[in-house]
Amino acid sequence: MKSFFYNKLLGGKQGAIGLLVLALVILVVFPLTLDLFRLNLVGKYLTYAFVAVGLVLLWGYGGILSLGQGIFFGLGGYCMAMFLKLEASSPENTSIQSTPGIPDFMDWNQLTHLPWFWKPFESFGFTLIAILVIPTVFAFIVGYAMFKRRVGGVYFAIITQAIALILTVLIVGQQGYTGGINGITDLRTLHGWDIREDSAKYTLYFVNAFLLLGCVMLGRYVLTSKFGRLLLAMRDKEDRVRFSGYDVSTFKIFVFCLAAVISAIGGAMFTLQVGFMSPSFVGIVPSIEMVIFAAVGGRMSLIGAVYGTLLVNFGKTLFSESFPALWLFLIGGLFIAVVMFFPNGLAGIYAKYSQQLAACVKSGRGCARSLVEKLRSLRPGSRTGAGSQAGESL
Amino acid sequence: MDGYSFADLQAILIMQGFAGISLFSVLLLMALGLAIIFGQMGVINMAHGEFMAVGAYTTYFFSSLTQNYLPGFLDYYFVFSIIAAFFIAGAIGYLLEFALIRHLYKRPLDTLLATWGVSLIMQQLFRTIFGAREVSPALPDWLLGSYEPTEMIDIPLNGLFVLGLTVLVTGGVFYLMFRSRWGLRVRATTQNRVMSGAVGINTKKVDRLTFALGCGIAGVAGAAFTTIASTGPTTGSLYIVDTFMVVVFGGAASLFGTIASAFSIAQAQSIMEFFLSGSMAKVFTLLTIVVILMLRPEGLFSTKVRK
Amino acid sequence: MSSGTDFTLAIEGLTVSFDGFKAVDDLNMYIDRNELRVVIGPNGAGKTTVLDLICGKTKATDGSIKFKNTELTRLSEHQIVRAGVGRKFQTPSIYENLTVFENLEISYPKGRGVFGSLTFERTAEIDTQIRKIAAEIFLDQHLEQEAALLSHGQKQWLEIGMLLIQDPELLMLDEPVAGMSVREREQTAELLQRICHGRSVLVIEHDMEFVARIAHRVTVLHQGRILAEGAMEKVQKDPKVIEVYLGH
Repeated sequence: MKSFFYNKLLGGKQGAIGLLVLALVILVVFPLTLDLFRLNLVGKYLTYAFVAVGLVLLWGYGGILSLGQGIFFGLGGYCMAMFLKLEASSPENTSIQSTPGIPDFMDWNQLTHLPWFWKPFESFGFTLIAILVIPTVFAFIVGYAMFKRRVGGVYFAIITQAIALILTVLIVGQQGYTGGINGITDLRTLHGWDIREDSAKYTLYFVNAFLLLGCVMLGRYVLTSKFGRLLLAMRDKEDRVRFSGYDVSTFKIFVFCLAAVISAIGGAMFTLQVGFMSPSFVGIVPSIEMVIFAAVGGRMSLIGAVYGTLLVNFGKTLFSESFPALWLFLIGGLFIAVVMFFPNGLAGIYAKYSQQLAACVKSGRGCARSLVEKLRSLRPGSRTGAGSQAGESL
Repeated sequence: MDGYSFADLQAILIMQGFAGISLFSVLLLMALGLAIIFGQMGVINMAHGEFMAVGAYTTYFFSSLTQNYLPGFLDYYFVFSIIAAFFIAGAIGYLLEFALIRHLYKRPLDTLLATWGVSLIMQQLFRTIFGAREVSPALPDWLLGSYEPTEMIDIPLNGLFVLGLTVLVTGGVFYLMFRSRWGLRVRATTQNRVMSGAVGINTKKVDRLTFALGCGIAGVAGAAFTTIASTGPTTGSLYIVDTFMVVVFGGAASLFGTIASAFSIAQAQSIMEFFLSGSMAKVFTLLTIVVILMLRPEGLFSTKVRK
Repeated sequence: MSSGTDFTLAIEGLTVSFDGFKAVDDLNMYIDRNELRVVIGPNGAGKTTVLDLICGKTKATDGSIKFKNTELTRLSEHQIVRAGVGRKFQTPSIYENLTVFENLEISYPKGRGVFGSLTFERTAEIDTQIRKIAAEIFLDQHLEQEAALLSHGQKQWLEIGMLLIQDPELLMLDEPVAGMSVREREQTAELLQRICHGRSVLVIEHDMEFVARIAHRVTVLHQGRILAEGAMEKVQKDPKVIEVYLGH
């Protein structure tokens, strides 16, 4: 049992150290050094990291690029928001409306009763199940239709992007049922517990952090199993895997569903911590930004994806507060640079340097020159070699 | 459908149909460039919409120039700006291929991300140079007004002009790709890059020019677009998904498929738009395409080939 | 209606056309248990297409492929593999960045479903089996080596090993000695003669010397049809075969 935990969930010594450092950073360093406003902001970024972790499984290992992960983040977030909104819309709270007891935006849109698909979200149990099940079922349908017919690569990317667009347009267009472009706002309590209070914000931050670490460990388990090796094998030699007796499509469907569930948990935690959910976290732009979070951290590294998410979002906050125009140039440049020069992201750079550093410490000489060489070899030409090793050492 | 007489419905159908044709023209012009780049080279250019915006801004730039310095030339400048749009967008495309795309031919998914980055940078450039506000060029008089065959039907001239331009460009592309030596080289390179290189085709040059041509056509689409709507920094990105849908729906390697799919998508959307809200029309159109693509991933008009 | 046969593989009336071009045309072929059959023929004769049809990569337009009396044309690729058909590709198709051991392990026929693969454990039995196969394909000294670093011939062997570990009853090899040294060819011939006991082996090969060494029977394909079939000496003397293939 101990070895199961150590080897499979932590990923051996290297992995355990990496996970421990990450846990220290998000569970100890941030809460001790940041004020509540900033900590809440970090908590928000960490909800995006769920999506990035899912993308490492799906895209980094599976080679399947989905440009619609915002769909699942949004589905999870909206499920949670629907529950919270119903609780916030008790007849007493909404007595000034022409129809008390329904969410305010419905009242503004002349709805006079709660739509049928909102009703089950009065139950918290149902909501929790829905957060996990709805994205899974949705991912299963899309994945089944696409992977059984061997649709992959850029086609899959484009179609997932179109689905993200459809969902956004639908949410924005049907404002009586969804809250429209503003989303579902003014969320207050969870079973009477005020989520806007400071203590609640602290609690939610830690719940979120533990869930994220749990998802990283789940990802570890999947990647260190035979499943993980098969994912890589499919990415590189799909036919060989198929002709070794594996039904490739079911593996792809599974990893797509898994990435969807992980994203949805992030979405639900986003709603709880930020207090609203809107279509601007569902559509094309957020979906592709989440890909860049994973890419910056390292598409082959679960932990790297978390750091990548944090880094890009710190940058975004920093620059868009002071130089908003510069930020778009920077993020645009980041997309290009990460693809052209650092395909394995931070984790790849770290893997190269850490080997180098270890060698430096041992030999103590000639490291400057070899460091330069290492830097050169980080160029795209050398990516395949680094691909598998860059993995989990960060 | 109470409240509409038969004559009403007929007029609505014709006018909405024509509105659909304007949308069709823009979609097709956008998609033609993309179909060449994606269909022939397998490259996903997420910045394609921004190349359209380059064409639109070029037209706006020439219009301001003409208004300020050569007011008498206002009737003719538009034709020149279409040509300029083609060459400017094409030249930027040429540079982009050289600087970025050619390094990524073996990594289509990475190309997608890198060109998305390019699109963000271009959008911010537009904002910095032309401002965040939407702009429109001053249209020459001959593009204003409308053609009214009956009392109820009213067809705008600018729409007719765009349609004519689309037919012209489509014909040109068709000739270039299927009747010229150059098109032969492009198709040969698509089919067998190594062999084409071996028989003396400069495949790198072919790639670069093909990419530039696709971007140039997007520029023309942008110029045409200014006659129907105003241009903002993010105009291009509004059309990019629709354009990809057109190309994929038509079957990536088929120009005929691209035309047919642009037509059906534009018509479906604009006719539905009259009866539903604009957003629901878009939802239904896109949803239909996605469902059809899930059932028939190779698109409508692709042929089966031996793999 | 063809009834049950004793053949491992019975192909009857097999036809596939691509846009009217018949790559395989009304083909009949029967392979016995313990038989090592070699298919030869000029380029474009349809040899690889026949393998594609058997393993489900290409769907037949018409005809039947019966493997131990199971119709294969209706099964999907992985089902065909699970039924007991293994196929080696023309260019070695192995997982370059895994070790030889891992290559064999990933091909081991256990944990083939999603949940099976998530809970798969390397047992002593699996370990023994992998080492046994590795010895058989002359790679027991290279178990921990990354597959990318193997020679071309060793890669071919590894792929054969990846099939052997699944213990298929029909083994199909597309040009197994391409790119091999003379010594490696000899070893491969010996290997093939060893492994065809208890199963059927179908080989596509161009190297006539090699064919003569290993083949129990030879089938000559030409333009999607069978031109001749029988022992190598007999086929070599067939004037039709000499005309289209061996003559030039």
